[in-house]
Amino acid sequence: MPEVTLVQAIAMALHHEMGADERVVVLGEDVAASGGVFRATDGLLKRFGPDRVMDTPLAETVIAGLAIGLAAEGMRPVAEIQFAGFMYPALDQLLNHASRLRNRTRGRLSCPMVMRAPCGGGIKPPEHHSDSPEAFLAHIPGLKVVVPSTPSQAYGLLLAAIRDPDPVVVLEPARLYRAGKEEVADDGAELPIGMSFVLREGNDLTLVAWGGMVAEVLGAADELAEQGVSAAVIDVASISPLDIDPILESVARTGRCVIVHEAPHTGGFGAEIAARLADEGLASLVAPVTRATGFDVVFPLARLESKYMPDRRRVLAAARRVLEYA
Amino acid sequence: MTTVASFEIPYTSFIAPDGRAERDLPEFARDARGLIPLYRGMVRSRSLDARAVALHRTGRLGTYASGLGQEAVGVGVASAMEDVDVLVPSYRDQAALLWRGVTPVEILLYWGGDERGSEFAGPRRDFPVSITVGEHPPHAAGVALAMRIRNERRVAVCTVGDGATSKGAFYEALNVAGSMCLPLIVVIVNNGWAISAPRSIQSAAPTLAQKAVAAGMPGEQVDGNDAVAVAEVCRRAVERARAGEGPTLIEAVTYRLADHTTVDDARRYRDDAEVSRQWELEPIGRLRRHLVGAGVWAKEDEEGLLAECAAEVDGAAEEYLATPPLPTEAMFDFLYQDLPPGLEAQRLAAIQESAADA
Repeated sequence: MPEVTLVQAIAMALHHEMGADERVVVLGEDVAASGGVFRATDGLLKRFGPDRVMDTPLAETVIAGLAIGLAAEGMRPVAEIQFAGFMYPALDQLLNHASRLRNRTRGRLSCPMVMRAPCGGGIKPPEHHSDSPEAFLAHIPGLKVVVPSTPSQAYGLLLAAIRDPDPVVVLEPARLYRAGKEEVADDGAELPIGMSFVLREGNDLTLVAWGGMVAEVLGAADELAEQGVSAAVIDVASISPLDIDPILESVARTGRCVIVHEAPHTGGFGAEIAARLADEGLASLVAPVTRATGFDVVFPLARLESKYMPDRRRVLAAARRVLEYA
Repeated sequence: MTTVASFEIPYTSFIAPDGRAERDLPEFARDARGLIPLYRGMVRSRSLDARAVALHRTGRLGTYASGLGQEAVGVGVASAMEDVDVLVPSYRDQAALLWRGVTPVEILLYWGGDERGSEFAGPRRDFPVSITVGEHPPHAAGVALAMRIRNERRVAVCTVGDGATSKGAFYEALNVAGSMCLPLIVVIVNNGWAISAPRSIQSAAPTLAQKAVAAGMPGEQVDGNDAVAVAEVCRRAVERARAGEGPTLIEAVTYRLADHTTVDDARRYRDDAEVSRQWELEPIGRLRRHLVGAGVWAKEDEEGLLAECAAEVDGAAEEYLATPPLPTEAMFDFLYQDLPPGLEAQRLAAIQESAADA
């Protein structure tokens, strides 16, 4: 089994599915000859040729629009947006068109497209390159949104996204692209979209995170364990549709929950999970649901990046507040 | 200084407002009997528009965008297409939709607030009408790209209004169609008005067709009130695209004789005199005069056609009005192929609310 980074797992999934299904095509900026700025599409042009691996004009709206037309015609396009922060011109296409085509036509047309984009901070890039737009996207009915946190998750979720009959946005935490390697079998096995993963069981506290924050949360859980606190860790992975049940089940045991995300605090997706806990899990709670998140500020340039990003310390501080709540 | 690029925009028209051929007609139009389907298509569309407006006025249809005055563009464009081609239309293209096989009942259902109106029993691969302005040419480009990748001899045709040419997405689609040599025809239905904004607000360019120049594709203008000219220009563009020679931008110059929609009052922003002048140029009378002049259309033909169209819209209106609304849960049932389990509770709640209403 090969040991691969997250970005290699993305490339592996693309290679696998393009080999298995000739309807799959890849398009975006710099995805062909260059293999993608992060090399997520490395080797695809050579193997599958320019009809299936296409460099587009530098225009996000039309990248999304092309994918919609391709998908409606029965292809399985995988469109890359170079950074999530550049996705906003394409949001209209996702919101008004990709997510609605099936419903508008009573299923006569559908939109089985994937939009992939690196998201989040932690790599000290230039301005606008560090956004985490999952909450905007989760607010779009008809769209699915996943955020992998490991190479194997990236492989399995991307395969599921490509095979999904409806549009899926895959947000890939850029900081994880080369953060570590994992053995991933290139067996074409997908991971289900719409499933939260319980990474660690616990009795005292439930930590909920996704994408780039999962590693921080696991680190925090380790540290809590040393202090005798048993923290469950749940990786949401699918922002939409959200699988709330494992969170409710865990909180039924722990009574305490901290939700961690990198996006700004207000209106972040953590608020939705907190609301669901208040609505469906109030009787279990023994402390307020708390969020450890980014601040409600513009994502700072490189020098202050680490001051913005939620880290183990911020997670532990939130955990401490929840654990000490009387 | 040297000139590194230059361009010209051809303009095509054949039939003058008085119905006479101004120049040699294209081959398909030389026997005037061959033009009768275009004429019938226009009358049929106008008849449906009139009934739809009447249904709105009597509270039995939602807001409606009549295509009054621009029927020649619709039939001209659609007549140039094959069934296997794909139309990606705007919201005022009833004449094209009807030609493609969308039924009057479907059109009434759509504007009556029922998604089944876009289910299109006829042209299954055509897109639903785009209410968003100018955001749909990229989809047509994507459709054309699929055709090119699969090496099919099919084309995509997209219609937009003059207002849409101000949008970035419109230009992005032209641009990629040019650079990827896509089998795409974009038809600008320049009817002079984007709600209350005259054509001059949209652009200082003397033609909208010249927006093709920056995308590296041919652009041309056509008399949009001359069904023969629209059909001929579109036929040539479709032929080129089908042969793998790439996209074309066509600006059909016509006029919106109707209000923007049934909830607009165009008298607030344009002169009656302008509208009266435009009535003299409108497409249906023009082609009728041509057909009558050629001796292929008589009073009885006209009466027969009007009676036929009236019967069709009577039947369509009746069927539309008799169609019960979709059940409440239909708003969930086509959102995804498989409803995510988490939405089941909302679906049931919606059904229960409806049951309580009943």
